[in-house]
Amino acid sequence: MPELSYREAVRDALSHAMREDDDVFIMGEDIAEMGGSMGVTAGMLDEFGPDRVRNTPISEMAIVGAGIGAAIQGMRPVVEVMYEDFTTLAMEQIVNQAAKHRSMSGGQLKVPLTIRTQGGAGWSPGAQHAQQLEGWFVHVPGLKVVFASTPTDVRGLLWSAIYDDNPVMFFEHRTLYGIKEEVPDDLEPIPIGKARVHREGEDVTVVATGRLVHEALAAAQEAEGEGVSVEVFDPRTLQPLDEDGLVASVKKTNRCVVAHEAVTRMGFGAEIAAVVQEKAFDWLDAPIERVGAKFAPLPFAPVMEDYVVPDAADVLEAIRRTVGR
Amino acid sequence: MAKVERKGTLSEERLRTFLREMLLIRRFEEKVEERFRAGELPGFLHVAIGQEAVAVGVCQALDDGDVFASTHRAHGHTLARGTHPNAVMAELYGKLEGCSHGYGGSMHLYDIERGNLGANAVVGGGLPAITGAALAFKLRGEPRVALAFFGDGATNIGTFHESLNLAQLWQVPAVFVCENNHWAESTPAHQQLPIEDLTKRAAAFGMHSITVDGQDVEAVYRAAGRALKHARDGKGPVFLLANTYRLVGHYVGDPQVYRDKEEFRETRETQDPIDHLRDKLGVSEAEFEELDREVHELVEASVEFAKAGTDPKPEDALKNVYA
Repeated sequence: MPELSYREAVRDALSHAMREDDDVFIMGEDIAEMGGSMGVTAGMLDEFGPDRVRNTPISEMAIVGAGIGAAIQGMRPVVEVMYEDFTTLAMEQIVNQAAKHRSMSGGQLKVPLTIRTQGGAGWSPGAQHAQQLEGWFVHVPGLKVVFASTPTDVRGLLWSAIYDDNPVMFFEHRTLYGIKEEVPDDLEPIPIGKARVHREGEDVTVVATGRLVHEALAAAQEAEGEGVSVEVFDPRTLQPLDEDGLVASVKKTNRCVVAHEAVTRMGFGAEIAAVVQEKAFDWLDAPIERVGAKFAPLPFAPVMEDYVVPDAADVLEAIRRTVGR
Repeated sequence: MAKVERKGTLSEERLRTFLREMLLIRRFEEKVEERFRAGELPGFLHVAIGQEAVAVGVCQALDDGDVFASTHRAHGHTLARGTHPNAVMAELYGKLEGCSHGYGGSMHLYDIERGNLGANAVVGGGLPAITGAALAFKLRGEPRVALAFFGDGATNIGTFHESLNLAQLWQVPAVFVCENNHWAESTPAHQQLPIEDLTKRAAAFGMHSITVDGQDVEAVYRAAGRALKHARDGKGPVFLLANTYRLVGHYVGDPQVYRDKEEFRETRETQDPIDHLRDKLGVSEAEFEELDREVHELVEASVEFAKAGTDPKPEDALKNVYA
């Protein structure tokens, strides 16, 4: 089994799809010679050429919109939006156009577009280069939303996103690009809508996404030393959500903590908490705990950034609170 | 035949077809206003009265396989591209037989079979996808053109500038048709445009542009033909500026308090594209009445068709959210 970094795993899925299918191409800012601001597409220009590894102007509305137009014509474009923060510039195209063409046309159109983007704090990027906005897109019918936390998952899920006939918002986490793991020899598609249990446990389910999956695993390790058995549940796809898997896990452990790097208020965890109380209220032995960023634009100074953004210690505290009740 | 016509004068027969198409749009729109005022049509509506020559001239110049995106004022473009009045009217009544099966309404008319990629309720919203569709044609080596309709008001929005920039940069086969009716809803040109000649905006991207009298359907047809050929021949996108007039309010029921009454009356009297072509062809009163009767029957039948159409089931709302 080859070992791939999260970054290489993304590149591997893109390259595989482009080798197999002329209709797949990628476009975005600085993705060609430079290989993308995160180095994800490094080397792809040499293999696929400038038509299919398409450098664009700084022009998020037009890039995303051009992706929509090519997708409507049956191609499978993958658009890279350099930072999640910049999806705000393309919001009209994503929300009003990509998400709604299928429905507004009464089912005549398909928009098989993948929009890759990344974000994440921990390196003092300041307030406009690290937001976690994935929750916004879950609120829009017509979009699918994926947030992968490991090399294996990001590879298999990106493949599925490219071959999904719907617009998919595909979130990557900046601080995960360097993590490595062994991945299957052959690219195995991972179905959109299927969660992954990273660690089984009996006492509490931690539902975590992105970087917080790894923080939750670290917290679970700590908790084990305190005699608390933690299940770490990664939905992987936020829309559609694997509700059955989520509810089954909570019914087993009777306690639930939600954890993400996004701001807690109106974060995706709020939806998880709502689904759990709706479908497993009688199984809950304690209120659902939430872990997320404090309610402030991300500050620059490392001490303030660290204060705002959650980590394993915050997850562990939440675990302790819920098992202590 | 088309090639010969583009070089010389259009045959009278062809021009009579244009007259009929324009008259169909006019009578359709008048009927829509009437049925809306009678309370039969949900939502709200924008009719294209006065702008029929742009719709017909451009759509008649399109080839099979070409695609277009429309605007909130979409009935004319849709009819001109050949979608049956029954399907358009049924959509306005919210019926399953409508061209968007009741999911879209007046501002979201689609007809993929005829290359109508959708009317758009967001000003400028459809332009980026036209650049993208044209990119797909170029990448696949298909001799097709993607065309966007939009108004003068849309030339102020970011999607316009980003889409034209990208289209020119990538030399994709796209045509951007600006229907300059001199009003952005209620706001006149001088309050929203710092320049008079909108082709300067295309020139800023180095894009080829053509200006045409949008009330002269023959001129529009020729100009659109040139623009489409330019794009199809791989010479890059074209900005086609059609100067036209909205001979009604922005929406049905708009009292137009912002418009000078005398000037508006004069515009209506002098800028009607149907009158222009009728005069040019020397169509007699009797001939015109015959034509009018024919399209009127078609429009009446479309109302009957729509009223007899199938209401969607409420829960159909949840279909077609995902493919």
